[in-house]
Amino acid sequence: MATTVKTVPGEINEVDQLIEKYGFDDHFHDHHDEDKYKSNFLTTYVFSQDHKIIARQFLITGIFWAIIGAGMSIIFRLQLGFPHESMAWLKPLLGKWIQINADTGMGTLAPEFYYALVTMHGTIIVFFVLTAGLSGTFSNLLIPLQVGARDMASPMLNMLSYWFFFLASVVMFYSLFLSTGPFSGGWTAYPPLSALPQASSGSGAGMTLWVMSLVFFVVSVLLGGINYVTTVLNLRTKGMTLWRMPLTIWAFFVTAILGILSFPVLFSGFLLLTMDREMGTSFFLSEIYIGGQALENVGGSPILYQHLFWFLGHPEVYIIILPAMGLVSEVLSVHARKPIFGYKAMVYSIMAIGFLSFIVWAHHMFMSGVNPFISNFFVVFTLIIAVPSAVKVFNWITTLYRGNIRFNSAMLFAVGFISLFISGGLTGIFLGNSAIDIQMHDTYFGVAHFHIVMGIAAFFGMFAGVYHWFPKMFGRFMNETIGKIHFWGTIVGAYMIFWPMHYIGLAGVPRRYYSREGFETFRHFGDVSEFITIAAIITFFVQLLFVVNFFYSIWKGRKQTTRNPYGATTLEWTTPIIAGHGNWPGKIPTVQRWAYDYGKDGREFVPQIVPLEEGEYDGGEGEH
Amino acid sequence: MTGLIIFLCLFLATVVIVQIGKVTELSSKINGEEKTQIKSNKANGRLWLVFGFFFFILTSWSAFYFRNWMLGYGPHDSASAHGYALDNIFNVTLIITGIVFVLTHILLFYFAWKYSGKPGRKVYFQAHDTKLEIIWTAIPAVVMTFLVMGGLDAWNEVMADVEPGEDYIEIEATGMQFAWLIRYPGPDGKLGSKYYTNINSSNPMGQDWTDVKNLDDTHPLEIVLPKGKKVRVRITSRDVLHNFDLPHFRVKMDAVPGIPTHFVFTPVLTTEEYRAKLKETPEYQQPSDKNDPDGPKLWETFEYELACAELCGSGHYSMKRIVKIVEEDEYNAWLKKQTSYYEGTIKGTTDDPYTAEFSSLSEEMQNALIGMRKSEFDEKVATAMAETNPADKIIRLDYVNFVSGGSTLEDISKYELNNVVDFMKKNPSVKLELAGHTDSQGELKSNMTLSQSRAEAVYNFLVGKGVSSENLTAVGYGPNRPIDTNDTAEGRKNNRRTELQILGGVETEKAATTEAAAAPAVQ
Repeated sequence: MATTVKTVPGEINEVDQLIEKYGFDDHFHDHHDEDKYKSNFLTTYVFSQDHKIIARQFLITGIFWAIIGAGMSIIFRLQLGFPHESMAWLKPLLGKWIQINADTGMGTLAPEFYYALVTMHGTIIVFFVLTAGLSGTFSNLLIPLQVGARDMASPMLNMLSYWFFFLASVVMFYSLFLSTGPFSGGWTAYPPLSALPQASSGSGAGMTLWVMSLVFFVVSVLLGGINYVTTVLNLRTKGMTLWRMPLTIWAFFVTAILGILSFPVLFSGFLLLTMDREMGTSFFLSEIYIGGQALENVGGSPILYQHLFWFLGHPEVYIIILPAMGLVSEVLSVHARKPIFGYKAMVYSIMAIGFLSFIVWAHHMFMSGVNPFISNFFVVFTLIIAVPSAVKVFNWITTLYRGNIRFNSAMLFAVGFISLFISGGLTGIFLGNSAIDIQMHDTYFGVAHFHIVMGIAAFFGMFAGVYHWFPKMFGRFMNETIGKIHFWGTIVGAYMIFWPMHYIGLAGVPRRYYSREGFETFRHFGDVSEFITIAAIITFFVQLLFVVNFFYSIWKGRKQTTRNPYGATTLEWTTPIIAGHGNWPGKIPTVQRWAYDYGKDGREFVPQIVPLEEGEYDGGEGEH
Repeated sequence: MTGLIIFLCLFLATVVIVQIGKVTELSSKINGEEKTQIKSNKANGRLWLVFGFFFFILTSWSAFYFRNWMLGYGPHDSASAHGYALDNIFNVTLIITGIVFVLTHILLFYFAWKYSGKPGRKVYFQAHDTKLEIIWTAIPAVVMTFLVMGGLDAWNEVMADVEPGEDYIEIEATGMQFAWLIRYPGPDGKLGSKYYTNINSSNPMGQDWTDVKNLDDTHPLEIVLPKGKKVRVRITSRDVLHNFDLPHFRVKMDAVPGIPTHFVFTPVLTTEEYRAKLKETPEYQQPSDKNDPDGPKLWETFEYELACAELCGSGHYSMKRIVKIVEEDEYNAWLKKQTSYYEGTIKGTTDDPYTAEFSSLSEEMQNALIGMRKSEFDEKVATAMAETNPADKIIRLDYVNFVSGGSTLEDISKYELNNVVDFMKKNPSVKLELAGHTDSQGELKSNMTLSQSRAEAVYNFLVGKGVSSENLTAVGYGPNRPIDTNDTAEGRKNNRRTELQILGGVETEKAATTEAAAAPAVQ
């Protein structure tokens, strides 16, 4: 009965027939004349409650922030790579933060602003790009589509989630233009530096806006997260058991749980910090003499803030990387035309990583003055994370084994992700071992580690996702040639930037140094710094190719002509090419099998809506 | 200008690439998308191999290239005892991760090339393989267990505090925006207490001067330590977070306001020894200053350095102190040259609690004060003894006081006079002249009488303590020998004084006698 469907998978009629036959009629369209949500222009494109529009809003806002965040890194890389070159040409952009020497005309970047750039770069990329732009985009786009739901459990809260993020963005953007400068105490905002305006000019109004922005952001994450979890738990279509969910959904699901459990702790940290800042409390302040004055605060502990911050901060890196892992798993499987290897092991790995991410936070604090005995536990749990991570890597590589790999831009980025995750993950084994961390902590070795493993790798996951699901978002493809140039340029560039940083770190050079010239030990790496800066500039411009490609393709890209262009099994490819709010025009499709029947019994792929044949095992559950 | 040209080029490159993209898309439409995809699979599969080739070459070559700069490699052996253990774990981890890195990447690149899509390739349907998965879960778990055990073993040993009774040097580093303040404990080997409310411009660390342990503490500008001796650094901060970072010694610890931390380490290579290692390496033969090709070479200008490794504000990158590791003798000589911060800066100022009434001081402080005055006296005596000119053999007894207008010794005077007693008992052949002086206020005659009776009071005290009367003469000079003006209260105060003059050998005795005879002695 289903034989015709699996041999002619792209045919619209076959899919519709299957949905009609097995689908579930929720009478969605009976009472609302095709539009349950009674949309007008404003509610369709601006204050939309459609998860697909909200996904696009998250993505485009994320791209905006990525350009700003990466652009900032170029400016501070110029300072590091070319400390003796004049930056006067940046004066029109940066104004008073470029100080011009009246005699020589030499323009130098103000150290305060260097630190503001470093801080904003971290904050923006971590929170606005790799949390909102990545998880926000793809959780929104894919959860309802892949579990077979009309929309999120609460489209209203979902919309608010975006607009709180938008508000956070506006406040943060505004803080860039303050006369005292944006916050400059590092993205971790450790007090007392972040608590005392006397300590740093950015800790005044800049910090107030920074905290305000991130509080809005926490609200956004929580509203989104509650929605994702509820949708996954309650709105899965008939037949979509947990063990039939694509790995993307597992990743988003665990990510959302992590966010819900950890962001409130960050919020509490911010609350206490704000009280220290504004109301004279002493949660994090003690015995401080600053600005010629001994403060009254005694008894507080700056280390307490670090605990609260990293209780979010560590899960946060998994909030960033898990969705990327989910996207990569899916893209790999689809384009290798093979089931993801070890599906259940992948799911258990995601859960193990998610769980462990809550009990490793103090590995960021080995050198912070906590009792060294405590570190024993955190070392053990930290290095245990290597096990599920290794399992994932082995499974991805094995997924490629004896596949029939279709190398498009999405697949290239997915394979590149594996390389980066290996390279960056292995250096984590050094840093997670507290004994080695004594030497490596807060050096460029750490900078190289986290940029590769959660910065660039997460970006690769995001790129893989954007290239792969661009047709789902806009009904068109991105340009493949530019996409491939983008990929090769980015992977070469990223390694050129971050690989040499390991050596600088091994030479002991601390991170967050405006200038290293004062130190006999640190001043020797001018050539390699210059090299890194040039690589960064080139890589940045390669990213602009992506931006150009992205916006060009929205309007001019090659049109998607078939519903399921990649021959994928998951539900999102069963909707019309341009799906309205509600996703499926008629019944909701039901799920008959797991998500990874690629190359099974000689069939190229079997969509999830196709019923199991007699005697056929479901790949996710039984033996084959 | 060059910047502008670069940007223009990059912009043009972008335009060109976009055009290429458009053209290839068009040609793929003409040739058929599937055919284009297959060609692309093949090309990109090969590119993965090329990428992999250069990836391995460049990663290995760069590691080789940087080997003599990285700590733990080339000439950069650990300068501390515990650092070897850490470097060792690093290398074990490097070997293990290196193997994983190479193997996984080889498989990745090989699979990407080998299985790049082509028509008719049959896909191997393989959803999982329990045996394989158990193996590759177990292997990392076992390897991690070993790494964890090795790491924690070293960690707990390195982070252990000093044992009571152990022989070690304790010093203190205090972070502030933007400098490290260094404190050594002085001869008593103990750092005095401090509190942040005491901080002011003359007391940068907030030392409590009523704590006598502070009186000998020194504030050197460099950290100098002896080779082979255990050092405990007490790390504190007076404003924001800092981090005490000694890269060559594998030492790193946050400085936290309100919560003192510490790090214990033992330097094992002197600065000179470290330079000698660098000297063997070609990288360090270059001139230290590139603009001065004939100047000192890199290995010659090498210094151990203390840095800050926790973002502390706009001057974070400038918190440097030089660290010198020297042989024990040199260290002791250096220590001797250091002067107590209290002595040099605080003593006698309004911050000095010892200027208060003696009886108001705590017993401990009184004892400390007595001790300080004794060493002051001993120093003056030693200087005077070394002098040959009789006029230079005079010692002012600053702490001998009489009740106002009378010749009764105040109780406090006994401490200074006891010092004189000790001195005389050690040097029984020395003869002393005890001299009383007054200012010019009032009648000459009564001043002469007063000074004489005061000198005698001192004489009687000393004799009472067992100093032979034959070695002592008491003379009252009244206002005749002022050492300062009599026009100001301050000057007059200086003129009212008690002195002793050492009358040592024959010649000086003679000279002293003549001098004494010249003065109208009223006895």
